Amino acid sequence: MEASDMQIVKTGIAGTMESSDIMVTINKPTGKEIKIDLTSSVEKQFGKQIKRTITECANRLGIKSADITAVDKGALDCVIKARVETAIYRACESTDYRWEAN
Amino acid sequence: MMFVPGNNPGMIKDAYIYNCDSLMFDLEDSVSITEKDAARSLVFHALTTIDYGEKEIVVRVNDPETDTGIADLEAMVRAHADVIRLPKTATVHDVTFCDEQITRIEKAIGMKAGTTHMMAAIESAEGVLNARDIAKASKRLIGIALGAEDYVTDLKTNRSPEGTELFFARCMILQAARAAGIAALDTVYSDVNNEEGFIAEVKLIKQLGFDGKSIINPRQIKPVIDVFTPTQKEIDKSLAIMAAIEEAHKKGSGVISLNGKMIDKPVVMRAERVLHLARAAKVLGQEAEK
Repeated sequence: MEASDMQIVKTGIAGTMESSDIMVTINKPTGKEIKIDLTSSVEKQFGKQIKRTITECANRLGIKSADITAVDKGALDCVIKARVETAIYRACESTDYRWEAN
Repeated sequence: MMFVPGNNPGMIKDAYIYNCDSLMFDLEDSVSITEKDAARSLVFHALTTIDYGEKEIVVRVNDPETDTGIADLEAMVRAHADVIRLPKTATVHDVTFCDEQITRIEKAIGMKAGTTHMMAAIESAEGVLNARDIAKASKRLIGIALGAEDYVTDLKTNRSPEGTELFFARCMILQAARAAGIAALDTVYSDVNNEEGFIAEVKLIKQLGFDGKSIINPRQIKPVIDVFTPTQKEIDKSLAIMAAIEEAHKKGSGVISLNGKMIDKPVVMRAERVLHLARAAKVLGQEAEK
C-alpha cells in the first residue's frame, strides 16, 4: 500500500495516561492541514518538538491532514512515534504496516 | 533475562539501566489482544532508538501461525532483535515454521541469513516430551526455556514453593539443551516479595545445571547474579587446575594431577565453565588469569 492510500475513516486512539506515555487521538480533518491540540507538562520546553514529531510521523504515513489530540505524560520521541503510528493505522483501519527505523 | 511488558513505555524506556544479561520484550501474554498492534510498534521504535548497551535483546512474539505473530516477526526482525522467543513451543514444526518465516523476512530485507536467533519456550506436557527434538530443530535456536505457569496448568496442578511439579520438565529441558549444545533457561518466579524463596529456587536450578533464570522484576537481578557468580575459592581452584594443565602440556606429560588428585577432562571442563561464568560476571580480569 502506498502512503497516499492511507485514509482516516474513523477515530483512532492509542496510548494511555500513564507516566512516560502519550495518548494520541486521530480524527478526520476539519481543515486541510494537520492540527494538533497538545496537552503536556513540558509544553513550553518541548511543545514544538513534540508537535514536529507527531507531524513528521503522520506525513511519513501519507497523512497530510488530520485533527490530532495528544495528552503527553513525558513520552520519549520513540514512544510518541509509536503511539501516533498506531493511532493512525487504527484510524485508517489498516494493517499494512511499514516498518522503517528512525 | 528480564521480562519487559511490550506495551509499557515507562518500563521500556528504563530497561537499559539494569545490569541483567538480557531483556525480553513481551508482545504475547502480558499484552491484551486489543493492544497487540500498539505493543509491536512501541517495541519496534524502542529497539531502533534506545541504546540498550551490550544486553541481549529478546522479543517474545505471538504464535507465528497467526496474523499477529507474523506481523510481530516482520517488525522485530527488521528491528534487529537478537533473539525471537517462540511461545508455547510444543513440536518441531513450531520451530521450523518460525525459522522459515524469519528466513523469508531476512531475505526480503537483505539481512544475512541466520542473523536472527531463536529461543523455544516449553509450556506444555507435549513440549516437554518433545524437548529433545525441539532443541535440535533449528540452527537459529540458542536456548530452550521453561514457561511454568502454562505448563502446570496443562498438568492440571499448580506451582508449589518446592517446585516438585516442575522437576521432570526442568530435567527434560536441561537434557535436551545439553544434547543440542544450547542454553537452558528456567522459568520466572512470580512472588517478587519472597526473596528467600526466590534465592532457594535459583540455587536449585543452578545446581541442576541451568544457564540462567527469567526474572520479572529488577529486584531479582542481584540474587541471580550472586548465585551464579563463582566464589573466589571456586575461581582460585579453577585457575590452579588450568595452570596445572598448562604446566603438564609444557612438560609433555600425559598425566595431570593437582594436590594429589588426578585432573581429567570433566574436571577441566568444569573449571573452564567456572572461569567463563567469572568472566561474564566481571569478577575475573585478564591479569588474574596470567
